[in-house]
Amino acid sequence: MAKLSVNDLEKIKTESAPAIAFQDRTYCLICGGTGCHATGSIAVKIALEQEIAAKGIADRVKVVETGCNGFCALGPLLVVHPGDIFYQKLTGDDIPELVESQLVKGQTVERLLYKDPVSKKRIACQNDIPFFAHQMPRALRNKGLINPEDINDYIGRDGYFGAARALFEMTPEEITEQMKISGLRGRGGAGFPTGVKWDFARKSGGADKFVLCNADEGDPGAFMDRSILEADPHAVLEGMVVAAKAIASNQGYIYVRTEYPLAVRRLGIAIDQAKEYGLLGEDILGSGFDFNIDIYQGAGAFVCGEETALMRSIEGRRGMPRPRPPFPAHKGLWDRPTILNNVETFANVPQIMLQGGAWYASVGTETSKGTKVFALSGDVNNIGLVEVPMGTPLRQIVYDIGGGIPKKKKFKAVQLGGPSGGCIPEQFIDTPVDFEAIVKVGAIMGSGGAIVMDENTCMVD
Amino acid sequence: MIPDTPPEHPDITPEMWTDINAVITANHRRPGAVITVLRECQDVVGYLPVELIDYISDGLDISSSEVFGVASFYALFSMKPKGRHLIRVCTGTACYVKGIKEVMSRISNTYKIKEGGTTEDRRFSLEGVRCLGACGLAPVMVVDRDTHGAISSDAVIDVLHKYE
Ligand SMILES: Cc1cc2nc3c(=O)[nH]c(=O)nc-3n(C[C@H](O)[C@H](O)[C@H](O)COP(=O)(O)O)c2cc1C
Ligand code: SF4
Ligand code: FES
Repeated sequence: MAKLSVNDLEKIKTESAPAIAFQDRTYCLICGGTGCHATGSIAVKIALEQEIAAKGIADRVKVVETGCNGFCALGPLLVVHPGDIFYQKLTGDDIPELVESQLVKGQTVERLLYKDPVSKKRIACQNDIPFFAHQMPRALRNKGLINPEDINDYIGRDGYFGAARALFEMTPEEITEQMKISGLRGRGGAGFPTGVKWDFARKSGGADKFVLCNADEGDPGAFMDRSILEADPHAVLEGMVVAAKAIASNQGYIYVRTEYPLAVRRLGIAIDQAKEYGLLGEDILGSGFDFNIDIYQGAGAFVCGEETALMRSIEGRRGMPRPRPPFPAHKGLWDRPTILNNVETFANVPQIMLQGGAWYASVGTETSKGTKVFALSGDVNNIGLVEVPMGTPLRQIVYDIGGGIPKKKKFKAVQLGGPSGGCIPEQFIDTPVDFEAIVKVGAIMGSGGAIVMDENTCMVD
Repeated sequence: MIPDTPPEHPDITPEMWTDINAVITANHRRPGAVITVLRECQDVVGYLPVELIDYISDGLDISSSEVFGVASFYALFSMKPKGRHLIRVCTGTACYVKGIKEVMSRISNTYKIKEGGTTEDRRFSLEGVRCLGACGLAPVMVVDRDTHGAISSDAVIDVLHKYE
């Protein structure tokens, strides 16, 4: 495959449009995140493919393995398009009936649909399920919709057009300006304004700057970054390309936990495909700009998620934090100017380039703009991945999206921010999701792990 | 420089030495490669014997105290032999809420093995690890490369039975 130009990118997008809109055939989107793999989605996928072949409908039905769909508690999951029909907790035994009824006759299979725990009614359409209906996917805009191992799917959904704009139409200063207008604050925990961080590194002189991505996700109850990497790895790569142009860097590293083998594999595939298309490497899209990304696997030390420790670890040393200043924007990896951002932070960047900082800032609160991804787990009915506008009350996350507490138990608290965070009790459950508001009630936003505890869970342990 | 002849070691076969040499050669001039080399060599042998660490330090031209320092810092690296199967139990909060403590003690009692330890017959090693990022399946146990979710203390021994 020859290196692409922006015209080629347009061509790929046009060609894949019917498939992206699910217009040219029926699509069976099977969830293939770590969660669903563990509950048996691979066996379901194989059974589905065999049954489709046996019925002779393979020419009009396509099976696609996507990344994490988000509703992890109900895996293995299958969504059929057109129609957005949501099937849950499938086994290989369900497949013959499902294929005959849904794919041959076009009739939904009632018993495999989602059952609302409150109304006890079955809901067919994914977007009518309260868990999905209250969400606003931005960082997760491609989750469950594309094959993460096929770059054409990503391009079909506007992939790499944000980078193209940054490379051809914007100066580094204009990029950091849009990032500042967006109000995006780091999603790794500290909430530092991303545009400001990039601007520091842009102004630091010298060559050999670095762009690093923090995928060492280690807070308990946090699986947002893993899911993004497994479902949409190119979004992170594209965000890094934009950052590289902004600060004039030619080399990036993604620091990933070694406990995330599927994320490492999909990132590797994504990097290879991007290089083949000339979206990474030398002279990206013919812009004259060079940028490479390598994966670096961590070795199991919680502290390496901290930025200076992470840089030492990439240098092959003991991952010990060092005092700041000097700040990494001046002296980071190998003492060169360096920026480090979280996975979710980078995943937001392509759309900000494409739609503008003001678009991103159009939702949220005064000091916290845009959306935030949470990993909802613990004593809550709908365990999974949730993306909501900043300012959403915690109550809505726990009850409307999370479906409340199982077994008619009472809500006790929700832990945010991992071990260094805190538990938010019943009386503060109307607190909006906002960096400052959460600190006021004794917790921190953290990276997005939200662990719900019922009345029986002891908080002291 | 990679030594001409590798040392004798009961747990390292000639084929393993070939793989180890390949790992060292591929990373020799790459700055900061020592963690990658340790990880890949541990994948080959199963753990990092002292002789292997010395060998790596010669091969990468890094002082052995530096390599030891790095190897002892990171939880992933073990200088003691491991069992044939590695059981990793999540100790994250979500798994705690869902009852991982009972699962852990059932494994400990059944196989007479402590957290961080290895059974005498070297069948299992047991480790508690920070959140595995599969909280949707909590409580979670990973055996070798298989993730087992929603694991109860009653079911866990049945699952482990299959790992000889
Ligand atoms: C002990 C410790 C662990 C951390 N772990 C992570 C982590 O796993 N992922 C992450 O993105 N940030 C983590 N951070 C925050 C990073 O130091 C850094 O602020 C962040 O990666 C910057 O990216 P952002 O501005 O996009 O959030 C950790 C910080 C500390 C002090
Ligand atoms: S992954 Fe566990 S696995 Fe752990 S806290 Fe999160 S759910 Fe435990
Ligand atoms: S892994 Fe399947 S829904 Fe998350």
